[in-house]
Amino acid sequence: MHRYVLGRLLSAIPTLFLIVTISFFLIRIAPGGPFDLERPLEAKVMENLNKIYHLDEPLWNQYLLYLKSIVQLDFGPSFYFRDFSINELFAQSLPISIQLGLSALCLALVVGGTLGVVAALRQNQATDYSVMAAATLGVTIPNFVVAPILTLILGVWLGWLPVGGWNGGAFVNVILPVVTLALPQVAVVARLTRGSMIEALRSNHVRTARAYGLTSYMVIVVHALRGAILPVVSYLGPAAAALLTGSVVIETIFGIPGIGRYFVQGALNRDYTLVMGTVVVVACFVIMFNLVVDLLYALLDPRVSYD
Amino acid sequence: MTQENSRTVLSIRDLKVDFETGTGTVNAVRGVDIHVEAGETVAIVGESGSGKSQTMMAAMGLLASNGRTEGEVIYEGRNILGLSTRQLNDIRGAKVTMIFQEPMTSLDPLYTIGRQLAEPMVVHGGLSWKAAKAKALELLKLVNIPEPERKIKAYPYEMSGGQRQRVMIAMALANDPDVLIADEPTTALDVTTQAQILDLLRGLQKRLGMAVMFITHDLGIVRRISDRVYVMKTGEVVESGETAKIFAQPEHLYTKMLLDAEPTGHKPPVPDSAPVLLEAQKVEVEFELDSGFLQPKHILRAVDDISFSLRKGQTLGIVGESGSGKSTLGRAILNLLPAGGRVVFHGQQISGLDKAAMRALRKDMQLIFQDPFGSLSPRLTVGQIISEGLLVHEPSLTGKDRDVRACQALEEVSLDPVMRNRYPHEFSGGQRQRIAIARTMVLKPEFVVLDEPTSALDRTIQKQVVELLRDLQKTHELTYLFISHDLAVVRALSDTVMVMQRGKVVEAGTADAIFEAPKCDYTKELIGAAMLTQQQMMETA
Repeated sequence: MHRYVLGRLLSAIPTLFLIVTISFFLIRIAPGGPFDLERPLEAKVMENLNKIYHLDEPLWNQYLLYLKSIVQLDFGPSFYFRDFSINELFAQSLPISIQLGLSALCLALVVGGTLGVVAALRQNQATDYSVMAAATLGVTIPNFVVAPILTLILGVWLGWLPVGGWNGGAFVNVILPVVTLALPQVAVVARLTRGSMIEALRSNHVRTARAYGLTSYMVIVVHALRGAILPVVSYLGPAAAALLTGSVVIETIFGIPGIGRYFVQGALNRDYTLVMGTVVVVACFVIMFNLVVDLLYALLDPRVSYD
Repeated sequence: MTQENSRTVLSIRDLKVDFETGTGTVNAVRGVDIHVEAGETVAIVGESGSGKSQTMMAAMGLLASNGRTEGEVIYEGRNILGLSTRQLNDIRGAKVTMIFQEPMTSLDPLYTIGRQLAEPMVVHGGLSWKAAKAKALELLKLVNIPEPERKIKAYPYEMSGGQRQRVMIAMALANDPDVLIADEPTTALDVTTQAQILDLLRGLQKRLGMAVMFITHDLGIVRRISDRVYVMKTGEVVESGETAKIFAQPEHLYTKMLLDAEPTGHKPPVPDSAPVLLEAQKVEVEFELDSGFLQPKHILRAVDDISFSLRKGQTLGIVGESGSGKSTLGRAILNLLPAGGRVVFHGQQISGLDKAAMRALRKDMQLIFQDPFGSLSPRLTVGQIISEGLLVHEPSLTGKDRDVRACQALEEVSLDPVMRNRYPHEFSGGQRQRIAIARTMVLKPEFVVLDEPTSALDRTIQKQVVELLRDLQKTHELTYLFISHDLAVVRALSDTVMVMQRGKVVEAGTADAIFEAPKCDYTKELIGAAMLTQQQMMETA
């Protein structure tokens, strides 16, 4: 098991290297640079800036320099937020995005899972149809529509919740963004759980459990749900990576200082180090969560073993 | 017919089961009366679709959600039909227990054997988990599981089908039930395992004195273990009574037909002058088992040094239990997987030929599979399925020609050519197997490998398919390689027989020699397990 985890982590290194290389050159190919403003800077200023940020050196040299610093876990200075290094920016924003994403993830799992199980148990009845209709709505309505509506009702008209701001992660500030972020995930999880749960409830070993007079809890949770949750787990891996690394829309609408905004700002301003840093962080999360999913699989299903 | 009396423990009265389906109501069970006395074994016999399983499922409240029941199921003076799940759960798993047909999937793959055995004891017997696990170990010993201390911690996937069925029996016995319902408990098992499980059940019943309701389609088993029989057909009991009496003097036409369904007859021998069509020399197939990183490779010899020759018009029967390598041999002969040795067809060596070179020969060498449900594409019409091979092998034919050939092929397998525009799901298992045969015959092959073509079919249908295969062989001078675990079918079809065990041929000879004077112990065991029933039937006939 330990060897498996170690192997997976080691094999992530070449993957990351490839990602870094490809995105490094891709962003350089894009026209324009970090200091191209609408009103061009003076030639002398530009020259100085390029010198400070090593932009005057040949591209392969810049690439080597970047590799060298990234190995030391230094993502370099930001080109746009002049007084900050990327590490400083992430140290502030990443925990916020993680807290937001993790809360949304848990909410999606609990609410979506419960709804899915309930729908499966009442298959083709009114409850099932309403849950599935709500789930379809949850997936189809984009969160930049949901967010203003929720803000308008709960924040403006009823005045129960603040309409924006993070306020150090205070509970009332968190509710709206978490719910908005979780809604589409709730819908997907509910659908997935319902589908696999219906299959599980029809399976022979669940029939055995019922034939042996086990309690409803044992039949549904112990014997049906444990197997039925597997497809949900494999969906949640990549989904978690996406949620935890921030959502541009949610963070912008609710004015949350998370990492999601940096992706867009970095790309628009050609802030090379910021874009690269975001790419590396997202890639690490994706790799990590895929590993977590595989380990969870082994934990849930004894037939899967990594020894 | 025996009437209900004070010893009756479970009685089903006028039970009806309906299923609401998209195309209307299906009356699966239409008013059935069945009862069982303490310590008695009753068998419920019928072919698939007769409603025998649904009767018991309904009695135990295990119907699918679209099923409705009517009637009474009396246990200890109380009608248990329509009880709430909570009330029903006091009875099922405690007083009335069940064993199912599918040993491979009836246990939860995610929990250990010990945990699953303990659950009903904790729920019904009020035992602590620790006490229940201790009793589970006793039960595993009772059902003769080897190494019970280790197996109690094992997961179902680590056990064979026979062992899993023993675990199910252990689970059924855990709470000292009054009635044990066994739904085809041995159908999915090899014959020798089947015999062991039946012996185990019979022995345990004698010791523990419970009533057993045994659902089966196999009359041999009925004859062997039951005191009374109910014969079911299309949702009704058509005949019932003492086992011996039913076998000696069946009254209902359907019972007679079931009793008569054992495949019989012999294949006329082929003259020695017939040319040799196929010759196999030292055929070998090896599989490399995945044994993990940096560990020595484990090689499984699935087929080990097998040679034979087949004359035109002959049938070679290959007999063995699952895992003996008989299907692998069939595929190796057709060059469908890499194999060592030499196979010569029509004087041409075919082993080692590449795909393109084999394609020309495929027309003459065909394969028919066991699974009549999985081997036909559900999205093609029967006519398309049958004529598809012609597209490849006789590309010069026009669409009309192909249609004519498909019609001829359907007629040959006694199906109405009008059916060629329908889809496979509209046909029964027996009809699908006929379609699969028609698909083969349309190419006019010389050599056909039949891989358990009758195993998934009911006995009466099986008999018809065996006769069809024999007729086709006669008309077209076909040569068969017939793979089966069913000795009666092999005997009815083969000239010579090879018995396989663990990849090797343990005995070979003419069909009569093998079946009347088996030499090898394994062959004797196989025949003993399977034929016991037949002999008994002959004695009573």
